[in-house]
Amino acid sequence: MLRIVLAEDSVLLREGLIGLLERFGHQVVAGAGSADELTEAVTAHAPDIVVTDVRMPPGFTDEGLRAAVALREARPQLPVLVLSQYVQRAYAEELLDSCDGRGVGYLLKERVGNVEEFVDALQRVADGGTVVDPEVVRQLLRHRRDPLSRLTAREQEVLALMAEGRSNASVAEALTVSEGTVSKHFGSILTKLDLSLTDATNRRVLAVLAYLRG
Amino acid sequence: MSSLTLRQALRRRRYLLGGRPWRAALYLLSSVPIGAALLASVVLLAVVGSALTLVLVGVLLLLMLALIGIPVAAVERRRLRLIDPVPLGDPHRAPARTGLTAWLRTRLREQATWREFGYVLLFAFVLWPLEGLVVGAVLAVCGGLLATPVVMATVTGGEEVRVMKLWLADSYPQAFALALLGLVLLPLFAYPLGWAAAARAALTRTLLSAGPGGLDSRLEELGRSRMRLVDAFEAERRRIERDLHDGAQQRLVALSMTLGLARLEAPAEPLGSLLAKAHEEAGVALVEIRELIRGIHPQVLTDRGLAAAVEDIADRSAVPVDVDFGIPGRFPQAVETAVYFAVCEALANVAKHSGASRAQVTGRTDGEQLTVEVRDDGSGGAGTAGGSGLQGVADRISVVGGRLLISSPPGGPTVFRLDVPRSPAHLVE
Repeated sequence: MLRIVLAEDSVLLREGLIGLLERFGHQVVAGAGSADELTEAVTAHAPDIVVTDVRMPPGFTDEGLRAAVALREARPQLPVLVLSQYVQRAYAEELLDSCDGRGVGYLLKERVGNVEEFVDALQRVADGGTVVDPEVVRQLLRHRRDPLSRLTAREQEVLALMAEGRSNASVAEALTVSEGTVSKHFGSILTKLDLSLTDATNRRVLAVLAYLRG
Repeated sequence: MSSLTLRQALRRRRYLLGGRPWRAALYLLSSVPIGAALLASVVLLAVVGSALTLVLVGVLLLLMLALIGIPVAAVERRRLRLIDPVPLGDPHRAPARTGLTAWLRTRLREQATWREFGYVLLFAFVLWPLEGLVVGAVLAVCGGLLATPVVMATVTGGEEVRVMKLWLADSYPQAFALALLGLVLLPLFAYPLGWAAAARAALTRTLLSAGPGGLDSRLEELGRSRMRLVDAFEAERRRIERDLHDGAQQRLVALSMTLGLARLEAPAEPLGSLLAKAHEEAGVALVEIRELIRGIHPQVLTDRGLAAAVEDIADRSAVPVDVDFGIPGRFPQAVETAVYFAVCEALANVAKHSGASRAQVTGRTDGEQLTVEVRDDGSGGAGTAGGSGLQGVADRISVVGGRLLISSPPGGPTVFRLDVPRSPAHLVE
């Protein structure tokens, strides 16, 4: 069970998310309607993870994101999952740059519709993993098209899934290939991108993301 | 009334047939009471105002004297329409704020106010006696001659009439001959009368029209009003974006979440597959509304400024785009928005028409000027003709005081360049 602080200014969504998270056995210890409330709630409740919207009152720009980055600067171990309504490389990069990108997630808000995947991503972030929305990964890949053009289409798919923080088994399942094949693709990707091979999935993701961010 | 001015009409043969000679006479004649009243008012205001300067009332009277030209000029512009169909515009500027003080300040600083005051002085002391003389002479001569038989019949009892103290008529045939002379002289006098009125109208037009300074202020006002229009348009875009974001989009997310939860309950067929289908549809709608909202107004432009927003469009472009946009800091919102949508249009053209394999966006500031260039290695031939989107871009850039330059020879390459002042002078901040 995770103790969660949830920041979302739309009451409709906040209530919906609370219901959803409780359905999976988690506890929302505080719901915040603004960036300031979020900061206060985190201080008061010391949650296991923070879930926040990007656009929040009072300014309705990127207050939620800025609050999340500030919170991570104060407590580097605090996992944060940011929900965004935009595919925005600039926001994702800022978040991933905060405290080496461990225990952060940047997901499009609409992913909460796939409830199981969403709750799974939440758990991975809470465990210190890195989760980036596939749409954003696609943009990151496009942004750095030169070195990545050396990858085959299949390898790019594998890389995108890997950037989502998935394990080899999970990638294999998603692409309906064997785990061995995925390992082979990983090796080839890392060679092509001049990255050394390590066995911790998370480190690999971080390395790849660091590389993608240039 | 035809659209000819009196001066043009005077040169035509049909001048005498229309109402113009009468209008000319009326124009000159009506000057007399107005001029006389003005003379009285000016003298009265000046004398009483000066005498009472020590009391506040005197100062107020002198202020009224200084501003007397404004209502008089308004009347004169209307009176001019009697003989000159081309309307004379009001050279005064609208005060920046409402209220009497702002109005007074604007008026007293305007050249037009003082020109109008000068016109009043000229009118009161010089013009109206002259006009009275001209029209009076014509009326006296023609009217006197024409009226001879009537005068003879009514006043002198048919014996004799002295016409203009020159001729003595002592019989009706003589009287009618003099009346006939008057009738002949009437059209002849109509010409000098017309020319006098035309000259007076020309003088009025010169003194009361907007001077070169007035034209400048009108252009400036025009620029401001275009800017206000664009601002209003932008505000509306942001309102629509906000409404969609806070309304429809949130509800769709909630709907998708509810459908997702419902699917977890794993109901029996066919409900399960229907739920899956509905869930999928909601997902597609979410993607569409996300793209729609981004097209209306990209949030990243508001949050992170031009450089981040340009990188964002480059990321999405179908043709690979290199961005070199090393400009720190923010620009006025109107500039950022205009440049952003210009770059969007340029990159859309690159993708659609150029056949380019690569494009480049560069941004630089040179002191007070922002220069953004979009280059591609395509086949060229782009232009602003034919109501293309580029014409819209050029218009929009010109509102913020900038220019769009396109070099696109057949065979390429195309260079699309924007020069925009960092802080346009007429921006209403």
